[in-house]
Amino acid sequence: MKLLSLTAVELGKKIKAGEVTAEEAVLASMDAIEAKEGQVHSFVTIDREGALKQAREVQNKIQEGILTSPLAGVPVAIKDNLCTKGMLTTCSSKILYNFIPTYTAEAVRNLERAGAVILGKTNMDEFAMGSTTETSAYGVTRNPWNTDHVPGGSSGGSCAAVAAEEVCYALGSDTGGSIRQPSSFCGVTGLKPTYGTVSRYGLIAYGSSLDQIGPIAKDVSDCAAILEAIASHDKKDSTSILRKDLDFTSGLTEDVKGMKIGIPRDYLGEGLDAEVKEAVLASAKKLEEQGASVEEFDLSLVEYAIPAYYVIAAAEASSNLERFDGVKYGYRTKEYEGLHNMYKKSRSEGFGTEVKRRIMLGSFVLSSGYYDAYYLKALRTKALIKQAFDRAFAKFDVILGPAAPSTAPKLGESLKDPLKMYLGDIYTVSVNLAGLPAISLPCGLDKKGLPIGLQIIGDCFQEKKIIRAAYAYEQAGTYQRSPLAEQ
Amino acid sequence: MKQTESSTFTVQTGRTVISDETMEYVGILGKLELTQEERQAAKKDMERMLDYIDKLNELDTSGVEPMSHVFSVNNVFREDIVEDRDGGEDTLANAPERRERAFVVPKTVDQ
Repeated sequence: MKLLSLTAVELGKKIKAGEVTAEEAVLASMDAIEAKEGQVHSFVTIDREGALKQAREVQNKIQEGILTSPLAGVPVAIKDNLCTKGMLTTCSSKILYNFIPTYTAEAVRNLERAGAVILGKTNMDEFAMGSTTETSAYGVTRNPWNTDHVPGGSSGGSCAAVAAEEVCYALGSDTGGSIRQPSSFCGVTGLKPTYGTVSRYGLIAYGSSLDQIGPIAKDVSDCAAILEAIASHDKKDSTSILRKDLDFTSGLTEDVKGMKIGIPRDYLGEGLDAEVKEAVLASAKKLEEQGASVEEFDLSLVEYAIPAYYVIAAAEASSNLERFDGVKYGYRTKEYEGLHNMYKKSRSEGFGTEVKRRIMLGSFVLSSGYYDAYYLKALRTKALIKQAFDRAFAKFDVILGPAAPSTAPKLGESLKDPLKMYLGDIYTVSVNLAGLPAISLPCGLDKKGLPIGLQIIGDCFQEKKIIRAAYAYEQAGTYQRSPLAEQ
Repeated sequence: MKQTESSTFTVQTGRTVISDETMEYVGILGKLELTQEERQAAKKDMERMLDYIDKLNELDTSGVEPMSHVFSVNNVFREDIVEDRDGGEDTLANAPERRERAFVVPKTVDQ
C-alpha cells in the first residue's frame, strides 16, 4: 500500500518512468479499498474490472508516448454527482438508485483525456445537501482520523478516500463549502475554483449559480496539476468562462515576499473554536516570517452570508430537482393514481428529509408573494457581499481564515439541529456567493487529534495567488497522515 | 460549534408563522406529498429557518440591484449541430417503464 502514500503527481512520475504500471496502481488502490472500506465507507460504487481495463489501455498509450500528462495512469475517485457514462451515478439518493448516465461530465472527460483511471464513485450528502455525508441514502462515511466522527460534507466520501489513502486524489463539488469543509475535517487539501473555470456539464445540479467542481488531494501541487487538467472552456456549459491563464502549476513557487494577506476580524470572533483560531493565526505568522505582510481587517456582512446562501441555494435546488419525476430515469413509486400522484409519491419516497426540506424552502421563497421579500432580498445581499470582497481585494492579495468553525463533530450530532449545522458553513458560503476561488489545507491537529483546515481565498481568477500562498505554507511539511492511512 | 449569546449565532424563533394552506401550496409547488407528521416537522423547520433568514431585513438594500450572476454574462448562442450519435436506446434503458421507443407515463388527458 506504499504507492498510496504518494501524491498523485509523484505516482504519475513513477508510472511515466516505468517503475510502476497503471494496472499496479489500480490494484494497490483496490487492495486498500478492500482493507479499509469496512471502516470508512468512502465509496458508493467501485468498478474494479472497468478500472483494470482502463488502466491497461492507458498503460499502452503511456508506453507509446501518446499520454504524457502528469496524471496519466493515476487512479482517481469521482464524487457521485458527476455523471460517468455507463457507471452508476446516484447522487447518494434513492431517487437515482439505478441511474446509468449516457454521457460523462466534462471535467471527468478532461481527466480521461489526461489518462486518469476511474476507480469508482464516492459517497456524499444526498444531492450535495449537507455538511456531514450523513444524509446519503447509502450509509454514512466515517472520518479516517477517528471513525466516531463525520468526514464533513458534502464531498465527504472523496475527502475520506484521499485521507484514508484508498486513492491519491479525487474530484468533489463545492456549492457552499462542500470541498473545503470536508477537506478541513479530513486533513487533506481541496480547491474550489473561480465560478466558470471548470465546466458544470454533467454535474447533477444543486445550486447552479454556486456549484463548482474541484480537486481534492494531499497537497497543493496535486491540486494545481489536477485543476490544470479539469479546467476548460466548454460550450456545453453556458456559464463556462474562456480563460487563458489555466497554467495553475506556474503558481507553485515558495515566494510570498511582499504578498499582502488580510485576515477578516469577523472570521475570528464568536463561534470559532479556540484551537482552530490559534492554528490559523499561527499559520498566518509562518507566512509573515516568509515575507508576506499580514493584517487584520473588517470584511463585514459575514453574518448575512448564510441566510442569503440558503435562500438562493434552496431556490435553485427546488427548480433543479424538478427533473426527478419518475418518468425518464430513477425511482418510480409502485402504486399511484394518475400522473400527478405518481410525481408526488415518487419524489416523496425517493428524496430524503434534508432534500425535501430544501425543496420546500426553495418553493416557498420563489412563490408569488414571497419572491421579492426573500429571493430578491437574498440576491441584493449577494451583490453587497461581492462588493465587500471587491473592497478587500483592492487592498489584499489573498484572504486567510479558518475553513470551518470547529474540527469534525461526532456522527449523529449535526443532523439533530439543521440550522446549527448550516451555521457551520459561515466561512465558506460567501466565497460561493461571490464566485471566488479558495483552498483549504491542513494546518495542524486539535487536542482530540482531529485536523484543522486553513482557508485561503483569492479574488476571481486569482487561483495562482492562493496556490502560491498555500504552497509556501505547506513547504514546512504540514501534511500528516491519518491513522487509517497508516494501517 | 458552540452557541454563544450574540447576534450571529443566536436565532430568535417563533416570529414566522406559516399557515397550513401555505404548506399545502408549497407541497404542490414542490410536488411533494408529506405525511401529516412530516408536514408538521417541515413547517416547524421552515418557520425556524425563515426566522433566521429574516436577519436579512436588518440590511438596507434599497437601490441595490439583485445579482443573479457574479460576472456580467450574456446568453451564449451556438449552432444546433448534432454531435452525439443516437443515444436513444441508452436513454430509454433508464426509464422506469418504457414501450418500444417511448417512455410510459400514466394517462394525462381524459377523453
